[in-house]
Amino acid sequence: MPINIKNLLPAHSNFRKAMLRPDLGAITGVVLVFLFFFLVARDTGMFSLEGSMNWGIVSSQFIIIAVGACLLMIAGEFDLSVGSMIGFAGIVIAVTSVVWGWPVWLSIITAFVLSMLVGALIGYIVVKTNLPSFIVSLAFLYILRGMTIFGAIYSTQKTIIGGVTEISQGDWLAPFFGGKIFTGLFQWLAEHGWIQTFVAGTKAGQPVVSGIPMMMVWALALIIFGHFLLTRTRFGNWIYASGGDAQAARHIGVPVNKVKILMFVFTAFCATVFATAQVMEFGSAAADRGLLKEFEAIISVVIGGALLTGGYGSVIGAALGAIIFGVVQQGLFFIGVESSLFRVFLGVILLLAVILNTHIRKLITGEK
Amino acid sequence: MSTSPMMELLDIKKNFGSVNALKGVSMTINKGECHCLLGDNGAGKSTLIKIMSGVHQPTDGQIHIDGKSTIVKGPRYAIDAGIATVYQDLALIPLMSVSRNFWLGRELTKKIGPINVLDFEQCNSILMSEMKKMGIQLRDPNQSVGTLSGGERQSVAIARAVFFGAKILILDEPTSALGVYQTSNVLQTIEKVRAKGVAIVFISHNVSHALSVGDKFTVLCRGETLGTARRGEIDYDELQFMMSGNKKLSELQKDG
Repeated sequence: MPINIKNLLPAHSNFRKAMLRPDLGAITGVVLVFLFFFLVARDTGMFSLEGSMNWGIVSSQFIIIAVGACLLMIAGEFDLSVGSMIGFAGIVIAVTSVVWGWPVWLSIITAFVLSMLVGALIGYIVVKTNLPSFIVSLAFLYILRGMTIFGAIYSTQKTIIGGVTEISQGDWLAPFFGGKIFTGLFQWLAEHGWIQTFVAGTKAGQPVVSGIPMMMVWALALIIFGHFLLTRTRFGNWIYASGGDAQAARHIGVPVNKVKILMFVFTAFCATVFATAQVMEFGSAAADRGLLKEFEAIISVVIGGALLTGGYGSVIGAALGAIIFGVVQQGLFFIGVESSLFRVFLGVILLLAVILNTHIRKLITGEK
Repeated sequence: MSTSPMMELLDIKKNFGSVNALKGVSMTINKGECHCLLGDNGAGKSTLIKIMSGVHQPTDGQIHIDGKSTIVKGPRYAIDAGIATVYQDLALIPLMSVSRNFWLGRELTKKIGPINVLDFEQCNSILMSEMKKMGIQLRDPNQSVGTLSGGERQSVAIARAVFFGAKILILDEPTSALGVYQTSNVLQTIEKVRAKGVAIVFISHNVSHALSVGDKFTVLCRGETLGTARRGEIDYDELQFMMSGNKKLSELQKDG
């Protein structure tokens, strides 16, 4: 027999109302995951500043693509081309800047414009043909990946293009993706001996963690933007409605097609943020980057309590789902568990989360 | 006060390819009147509603609104002209809250700095008072529509249409999927709306529901009207008889 929350909580108590949120499953998951790793991995340095940065950055990467996937899923659509879009955007930046010699800021802007145009095209095809976005974006998963590999090989005879770090020195836009903030603060903390510093080598005396990477800043900014847009604005109401019942929404005058296309564009934007930050971090772009990222984004969103068929979900939930993802992946590494077991763990979490979320959702929405 | 009817359909015909869905339908809809449109499945009721609400254009015939010949170009045009349609299953979105549903597409906002944000307080308080006026007991404006009964959903959808200025309210089978108790609640809501002077087109294939609220009855059969009768001029058996396509009930019973 499944756990029956209904019996645990009196029907209309305020406590029940506060507890019954779409992201309750993800909150529970985060608590359990942290509890687990705190018990078994406390001595490994996982929760030191440096260790936290490790899983924090990985979680942030998941968050960036999960926020886009979340809003799109609530609007009733999928985008399976996210991973290919990451590879595509990265190669666009590297080819235009390293090979063609464009200034890095122009390359970044070009990557954003091209990706978002592709996103708009996917959305346009979906709303005009009424085909499932699953199929349309699957087609673009192959089209984009193929074009990316072809473009990289055609222009450089390689699938990995390096040298971005050197040419992005002094660029005004690059630090928004590859830089760190609060570096002064961390330096100051190091000088006072409150955080760890390197003891030897060329960086001796400098803090091990020198600032908050922009990847984290983007993740936080996208969570705030996505959550605000969804829950506090008219447009957010239209996102729910477009996914909840597109026909009913159209009858009442909601521009459903526009909402859906814009959400595809936003998903492409998020993928490009991910790609740009990664290119700046590694100093290179590779045509095979972003493999399987679309599924990781969708899994985070589903763990976060969103309904696969649309109309229901939470950006906070998706972000928590992404954190579960990041913490588990890096945590297993800290405790030295064979990394293939990560997938087993992931599958189990996904299943448990969906069972719990379905139950919670039925209590909230009265679905049969 | 103008004496012209709110809406008049004159010899409306609609062909889909070679299929004649409507073969010349005329009806008159007056202020504060509940006009029941009865017909069996496939009689052409849905087609007629879609023409009134601008989803389809008639192949032939005229629509007069407030005495003026009008072409209802599309659903948006119909809504602006005060013609609202409440569909049986498309009325509200079950996953969303009552408040979000009620205000969908016309959300109230307030400014926080340069940004327009939803004004939940105002949305919810207007919603609650409107619901109260209509006699609908709502526990919480934030409860999901999915937690409402079928009758409550219809009533909320009707209240919404009227609140946003519907002068002609087209109800597509509002009671056909409901139990006895819920049906009576919806019929009460319809009474209240009619008392406000709204013209109602009540589509149904249930004669007894129609008889309990209707002022006028038009029977549609295979794309043709079999005439319009006033309340008191016609009884249950006659309506049932007309709907079945002039086949006598006793014959129907013989058929099985």
